[in-house]
Amino acid sequence: MTTTTSTTRTGLGLHDVTLTFGDGDTQVAALDHVDLAVAPGEIVAVVGPSGAGKSSLLAVAGGLTRPTSGRVTVDDAELTQLSGRALARFRRDHLGFVFQSGNLVPALTAIDQLRLVEKITGRPAATPPAELLEAVGMTPHAHRRPGRLSGGERQRVGIARALVASPSVLLVDEPTAALDRRRSHEIVELLARQTHDRGFATVMVTHDHDVLEHCDRVLEMVDGRLSPA
Amino acid sequence: MFVALRELAFARTRFGLMGAVVALISVLMVLLSGLSSGLVVDGVSGLLRSPITAVAFAEGTRTDSAFTRSLVSSAERDAWAARDDVADAELLGTAIVNARNDDGTPVDLTLFGVERGGFVEPATGEGRALAGEGEVVLSSSARDEGVEIGDVLTVDRVGTELEVVGFTTDQRTFGHVDIGFLDLRTWQEVHVGVPDGGPLPADTYDTASVVALRGVDGALPDLAAGDAAAGTAARTVEDAFDSSPGYSAEIMTMQLIQGFLYAISALVVGAFFTLWTVQRTRELAVMRAIGASTRYLVTDGLAQAAILLVASVGVGLGIGLGLGALVTGTGMPFALETGPIVTGAVLLLGLGLAGAGVATVRIARVDPVTALGENR
Repeated sequence: MTTTTSTTRTGLGLHDVTLTFGDGDTQVAALDHVDLAVAPGEIVAVVGPSGAGKSSLLAVAGGLTRPTSGRVTVDDAELTQLSGRALARFRRDHLGFVFQSGNLVPALTAIDQLRLVEKITGRPAATPPAELLEAVGMTPHAHRRPGRLSGGERQRVGIARALVASPSVLLVDEPTAALDRRRSHEIVELLARQTHDRGFATVMVTHDHDVLEHCDRVLEMVDGRLSPA
Repeated sequence: MFVALRELAFARTRFGLMGAVVALISVLMVLLSGLSSGLVVDGVSGLLRSPITAVAFAEGTRTDSAFTRSLVSSAERDAWAARDDVADAELLGTAIVNARNDDGTPVDLTLFGVERGGFVEPATGEGRALAGEGEVVLSSSARDEGVEIGDVLTVDRVGTELEVVGFTTDQRTFGHVDIGFLDLRTWQEVHVGVPDGGPLPADTYDTASVVALRGVDGALPDLAAGDAAAGTAARTVEDAFDSSPGYSAEIMTMQLIQGFLYAISALVVGAFFTLWTVQRTRELAVMRAIGASTRYLVTDGLAQAAILLVASVGVGLGIGLGLGALVTGTGMPFALETGPIVTGAVLLLGLGLAGAGVATVRIARVDPVTALGENR
């Protein structure tokens, strides 16, 4: 698997990251001095109760939210140093997102979901969309829209879409929230296999303890603090 | 336009309904424009299609019915004619009268008393030009009233007889009444209103309603200076339209209706695209999270609106022009004119895009962070 980026892959790094909302007495720390390093080819699961700050972790790691303090690095770039526009471009070129239930565009067929990313990035995918769909087992449904796909199938398309830009870091938000046990295993297995094969760093937020066996490391988040589970 | 086109196909019922509304608004726009132009033609084509560049009224005449109230004499005409920037100055008599045809059918006429062989006298499309007193050349539209060449019209009350000798090449109406062009002397007799044989006042043949002016090379003469010299109140022919009966009231009514139509179309399109954008908030957030720029999303949204608007305004114009062709010539004042219809279509497109543009402000505000977490 080759990558179109010239940067060396060092994975994802969060260094003493704090994210607070509000001020004074009502101040809440969503992330409290978090340190995290995920190496290329490694899949890390983050578990924890609702409201513990799991989504905030993804938002900060993905450059969607700026931390109050601390540094976020992807490969040799420091996200916290980038301007808004440069950040959007960086997200587009180096980060992949997998959302709950796939979060696909309703009007687009499975293959078009992937082509949309090519349109947005303005360059063809390193691996052609048809091959990516093949890799997630969706070739038979390539021309179906999300409305005619099951929850598991939508999530497979969502994963394939995240791979179009050959990301260095893949951020996965509750991928099994709407799936049954068997499909949950299939999806996380797929994520782990893609992570190992393609060599990107994956952070998966979940509260599905069933699927953790497929992950290389499991961390727990409580009240904005991250610790080994 | 990658997403825009696929969404148009995907949500075709919603876009179809919206397109139908815009198309119907366009049909209404064409019909109102036709009606508006028709009213102008019916109201002032006698002036619009004449070579007159300005009209000098008697000083102090009330503007709303100046054509029938104003009284000028040859002294004013001569004062205007003496000016360097005036090519022609002629007395013009205007009067709205009731007349009867040979068979007793009533015929309403606006009598334009013109100097024979002068610049105001129109060309005839059928029959011949005025050759003497007691003759009349009618607007081509008077044929719809059943008047034919050779008929003799009798003006009510005064009893003056007018022989129809010709028809103009196109419609010449004033105040929604067909114009009868006649020799100024005959007009003066009708105007004075003394029945046959009675003694005429001394100044009968020196009076007309207004002085019709034509500038050198069609340029507008210096009206203020001319007024000072002649003691008149001159206005450009366009400004003089307001002095035609009911003209300004009709035009204001039509403009009010058209104004509302444009406002409604902008609001309807704006509301539709606002709801559509709100409905797509989630997917917009996802597209932003995976790196789509605001410009990409806004361009896509506006392209979608433009495609919808162009297609539906196009369909509406087609239907409107078809309906208009059916209405033309039915007696309803209706005239399809390219200029106003093109302006209207451009306005509908522009305002629709502006409405959709308001909705795209929401696209710019969608926070990509909302793509994370709970789904709907």
